[in-house]
Amino acid sequence: MTLELFIQYFFAGITYGSIYAIVAIGFNIIYNTTGIINFAQGEFVMLGGMISISLLPIMPLPLAIAAAVALTMLYGALLEICFIRWLDNPGVLRMVIITIGLSILTREAALHVWDESIRSLPYFVGNEISTVNVLGARVSPQVFWVIGACGLMVAFLSIFFQGTSVGRQMRACAANRKAAVLCGINTRDMVTFSFVLSAGIGALAGCVMSPITSTAYDNGTGLAIKGFTVAILGGLGNSAAAVAAGLLLGIIEAFSVSVLPLAFQDAIAIAILLIILFVRPHGLFGSGTAAGLKEF
Amino acid sequence: MALLAVSNLGKQFGGLQAVSEVSFSVERGMIKAVIGPNGAGKTTLFNLITGSLTPSSGSVLLDGRDITGHRPHQIASFGIARTFQNIKLFPGMTVLENVMIGRHIRSSGGFIASMLHLPWVLAEEQRIRQAALERLEMLGIAELAELEATSLAFGQQRAVELARALAMEPDLLLLDEPAAGLNIYETAEVGRLISSIRQLGITVLLVEHDMSLVMDISDEIVVLSFGRKIAEDVPEAIQSNEEVIKVYLGE
Amino acid sequence: MRRLLFLLPLVILVVGVQVLTDWTDTRYYLTQLTMAAYYSLLIIGLCALMGYTGQISLGHAGFFAIGGYLSAALTTRNLAFFQDQAFFRLLEGAGILATGQDIYGAELVVVAPWAACLVAIIAAALIAWLLGIPVLKLKGHYLAMATLGFGIIIYRIALASEYFGEADGISEVPPFLLPFGLEVSGSFAVREANYYIAWGLLIMGLILLRNLIDSRVGRALRSIHGSEDAAGAMGVDTARCKLQVFVLSAVFAAVAGVFLTHYNGGIGPSEAGVMKSVRYVAIVAVGGMAHLWGALVMGVVLNFLSLRGVFGSYDDAVFGLILIGIMLFAPNGVLSLLNFSGVLDFFRRRRRRVKEPGGLR
Ligand SMILES: Nc1ncnc2c1ncn2[C@@H]1O[C@H](COP(=O)(O)OP(=O)(O)OP(=O)(O)O)[C@@H](O)[C@H]1O
Ligand SMILES: [Mg+2]
Repeated sequence: MTLELFIQYFFAGITYGSIYAIVAIGFNIIYNTTGIINFAQGEFVMLGGMISISLLPIMPLPLAIAAAVALTMLYGALLEICFIRWLDNPGVLRMVIITIGLSILTREAALHVWDESIRSLPYFVGNEISTVNVLGARVSPQVFWVIGACGLMVAFLSIFFQGTSVGRQMRACAANRKAAVLCGINTRDMVTFSFVLSAGIGALAGCVMSPITSTAYDNGTGLAIKGFTVAILGGLGNSAAAVAAGLLLGIIEAFSVSVLPLAFQDAIAIAILLIILFVRPHGLFGSGTAAGLKEF
Repeated sequence: MALLAVSNLGKQFGGLQAVSEVSFSVERGMIKAVIGPNGAGKTTLFNLITGSLTPSSGSVLLDGRDITGHRPHQIASFGIARTFQNIKLFPGMTVLENVMIGRHIRSSGGFIASMLHLPWVLAEEQRIRQAALERLEMLGIAELAELEATSLAFGQQRAVELARALAMEPDLLLLDEPAAGLNIYETAEVGRLISSIRQLGITVLLVEHDMSLVMDISDEIVVLSFGRKIAEDVPEAIQSNEEVIKVYLGE
Repeated sequence: MRRLLFLLPLVILVVGVQVLTDWTDTRYYLTQLTMAAYYSLLIIGLCALMGYTGQISLGHAGFFAIGGYLSAALTTRNLAFFQDQAFFRLLEGAGILATGQDIYGAELVVVAPWAACLVAIIAAALIAWLLGIPVLKLKGHYLAMATLGFGIIIYRIALASEYFGEADGISEVPPFLLPFGLEVSGSFAVREANYYIAWGLLIMGLILLRNLIDSRVGRALRSIHGSEDAAGAMGVDTARCKLQVFVLSAVFAAVAGVFLTHYNGGIGPSEAGVMKSVRYVAIVAVGGMAHLWGALVMGVVLNFLSLRGVFGSYDDAVFGLILIGIMLFAPNGVLSLLNFSGVLDFFRRRRRRVKEPGGLR
């Protein structure tokens, strides 16, 4: 493999990898406050892309993206308030099924609003063929937008969780829900907020990736599976590890193209998911006993 | 030979040593109690004996046979039955069905035979039902047979769980706080019941916080504190053991 | 035999419907009723796994596809090229090859349908067994995702391999000849017979599962649903029981896949899709989870409506809506809304109040 090809694969890998990482972090945020895996996580990404594409004709790109993110956050809040907030103590099986149902409804609604066609946002700067030269390899500038946006989101989230009062309340919820209630934290609001936050980061990721990967109504499931793989790979709930795991999966996938037919690219992530679930369900980086402490 | 011999048993959860180097033995036909303050590691000890948890160190012998690290269902079939501190009845099933599960190891209908309802399976089913009803009668709860088990009052649920364990016809019965949450009359009843279980030839190892019950019925007592065994003796001696008093009264 | 009396109303209904379509000249309904019966066969199998044993599977369309695709491929892919290889002669010697002509009149040598069917079902069972050993150790979300992943892999394989016809699937699947001159095929001449074959199979499946649930093993399965810890302490080999029922439900799915494929004369990748698996789960949920009859009734009704195209382009959305509605408002199934169980509870409560037994005595 030439260095040039290597660099090209590498950048493709971290582009997709950072998207996966954001989806995984979305899973983690909701998982930490509720113990729920939100199977509709991928749909937030799809919605972000779709809404911004639809808004583009009537407003400039940055505004369209901002509005898409805001609307998707609103949608996340609505989902939580309508379908989840008022259930008391639902079992895991029930929650799995409800979020799967939400994901289907979102997707079907998207199908009826936007039909089956594949759309995309324009490149933020330049166009499909403009490139930046990195060590002799040609890389699209949009790649840097994706990596940059995802990096910023991770930075923002870590500041948010460490430094702000709301963030600290959410972490208290994650660590011990009962104790958080006793400390006067409104855990229900924290749950709604976690949906809003996950929807927001998902939607933004959906916007920045749209020029490269395109957006269609049924993008969500694939992204959700990959995001989940990454979340598991890093250990459920551990967002720092999710970043590393996301990049790892992205790179593995990118390089697998050279040995496997494209159609099986998805299968790689799933194979990794299955293997990890069988041998190290607590993730590559977590420890077994620590995972055992958390009730699933 | 002792029926149950626990030696140097230890269990670590992350940095927490929940049980450490505990050794004792239970002779056949005995009622032995394990006591200790909350979090002393009593339930963990039971989980180690029954295979729900794998020990970090040490061994468990049942009738001289090493059962350490076997799976729970194997240990059950070797003759150890248990009840749970937080009652674990099967929801959505009647009292009778719950107790019938206790006959699982005493019956043999397999997957295919059950699916075809072969005649001998049906005959066996009748025997299972009969045996379960007998246990319900023994505990005086036969009239509850057709009710959903998890809808019963607390004390009744305890009785069902006990009936279920007895249906297994075990050699050794582990009871985790059988009197917790019961009033004094019910507690006295439990005491009599445990003594009568001994008459059936079943050896009993129990965890209990109710001291008068423990002192009343047990032949020997093991005291745990912070996962360690600090004393093992007959009830009278335990009552006057200074270290035990210190642990219970605090300093 | 008295125990089989419960089936009488169902049998009468099945015959009645056929007679009715004959009178009213609406025989075309039988086609969808036949297909609905096959889907329901899968669904009652899934009900045993999910409703009674409490193990979710989002990959059962995968097992259906394994059955259907293998049977279809083996009975359509020409083996004539391999005529002088050892394995060919071995198969020929065993009498499991069938010859015919393809649409262009060339010689066509394929595996006989009965042998293909057997291979397909055994393959599904084997795959379920191999998959089940690690997967069934998982719980909750992990189990859901792992089975979903399995389903997607099967879908990908169907979609990407030339042997399975890629996006077009496999067509021209020959009829499956049964004893007594019966054949599983979509030709109009045998529509009634096929209706009875499908329903006969479904009723047989129902009997087998009811027997299973209503036995020592069935109790063990239900105890696993309630509390795996307690089940283990009772001596129930939870891993083994879960694996057995997983394989059984996969076999039900594969049988449904094989028969429906021969009935339709083909199979396409959408049968392996994730939405199909979700749909099956939805139907088991609507039926009331631990409720074979509910699963059967809902399986037939919803599949029939869907196949008739009643839901139009909202087909998948309807099942999504059903899932959410049921899980939010009636997690015990729609039958519970009819308040059968409410009435039952009422009587039970009264009985309890009357007796007031004293717990330990
Ligand atoms: N699965 C587990 N993971 C981590 N720690 C555990 C686990 N089970 C028990 N522990 C810890 O081990 C210690 C002993 O617990 P255990 O339940 O055995 O106490 P106990 O003596 O039964 O107390 P009690 O009288 O309250 O029932 C406690 O500190 C408990 O928090
Ligand atoms: Mg305890």
